[in-house]
Amino acid sequence: MPKVKVPRKSTTVDMTAMCDVAFLLLTFFMLTSNFVAKEPIVVAIPASVAEIKIPERDIATVLIDKDGKVFFGLDTQQDRKELLKTLGLAYAATIPAFDEKELNEFSKISSSGVPIEKMHAFLALSPEKRDSKDAALGIPTDSLNNQFSAWMKNARKINPKLRLAIKADQQTPYKVIKRVMTSLQDIKENRYNLITSLKEVHK
Amino acid sequence: MAEMQVEDKGKKGKKPKQKKHATRVDLTPMVDLGFLLITFFMLTTSMLKPQTMELTVPTKDDVKDEDQNKVKASQAITVLLGKENRLYYFFGAQENGVDPELVLTDYSSNGIRQMLVKRNSEVVNNVNQLKLDKAARKISEEDYNKKLSEYKAAKSAPTIMIKATDDSNYKNLVDILDEMNICSIARYAIVDITPYDLGLIDKKTPPAK
Repeated sequence: MPKVKVPRKSTTVDMTAMCDVAFLLLTFFMLTSNFVAKEPIVVAIPASVAEIKIPERDIATVLIDKDGKVFFGLDTQQDRKELLKTLGLAYAATIPAFDEKELNEFSKISSSGVPIEKMHAFLALSPEKRDSKDAALGIPTDSLNNQFSAWMKNARKINPKLRLAIKADQQTPYKVIKRVMTSLQDIKENRYNLITSLKEVHK
Repeated sequence: MAEMQVEDKGKKGKKPKQKKHATRVDLTPMVDLGFLLITFFMLTTSMLKPQTMELTVPTKDDVKDEDQNKVKASQAITVLLGKENRLYYFFGAQENGVDPELVLTDYSSNGIRQMLVKRNSEVVNNVNQLKLDKAARKISEEDYNKKLSEYKAAKSAPTIMIKATDDSNYKNLVDILDEMNICSIARYAIVDITPYDLGLIDKKTPPAK
């Protein structure tokens, strides 16, 4: 009987297949990804059974944290730049106009909220300091100095297709929500989306 | 192509020292890189898009005081959101100086939902049947939506007025709006709370010790 030959196999494995898989997955993630937008505050959103998904484009996000601070975000850099420009014009009596550098800085911040008087100082801060809690002041919403409605009005002018999404913390007092809602009602913004996480119906 | 050239050179024998290189490249570092990038994208992406609840409120100009009182007292349910997750409701309105009975309940499925489902039983039954039909593919999406709004507009359906006190929080509001969804109630409105309603709550809550 002839001896069974056991050929010596090399221990290296062909990596081509694995490489293919890795890059396939990579492509998938790159195409489907939308990055987590950086938010100035952490918000624990309430849950609901609503199953409507939030649209991807033309979204203005109103962030409200549990201390009642209000932040405003637009989805494109171009819109954000325009927003600050028009805001600067609207408040030309109280603050100096924003220069190109400041506009560019602002367009990089996905959602922000500082009183307009402090916007110059805020934009002069370094990006790290901007993220700190002390810098997150919120947009004033009280009826005497309602800068929030000015933000919203200008954002609407820039993008008429804009849809409003309100993302508020579970523990936000209703007083604050009411104030935001009335200021929106005053400028005839009467359709909003309340952002919630999904939960099952308990029977 | 590269392989061809290598062979040619070998045959000519001009450079005898040059070894035949294998055209195979070690792909391990490339795989490493691939997975590294995958990890990065997996961690930075938000795959789950948040849900939204659509809410339409009337503009201020449209609402007149007379309109607010038009709700038939027999079908009206007023829901009051109190502090510390307390929830009150009463039917109808004040009649001949007699206050309606205020009931204390909670946000659980045995609380407010039971009452709403009971009050709205006709619509809830219809909608549930409709959902079953849709799940069994007996009706089309279009018909489903048409019938859904038809059922929800039923005359027997109650009208809910949601009044939140300043002590309630956003979660309470979302919860109660959610209940409206669950109980298939189409007619509801968020209304400003009146001193009368606050008085009712005060009467109901035992005085603080």
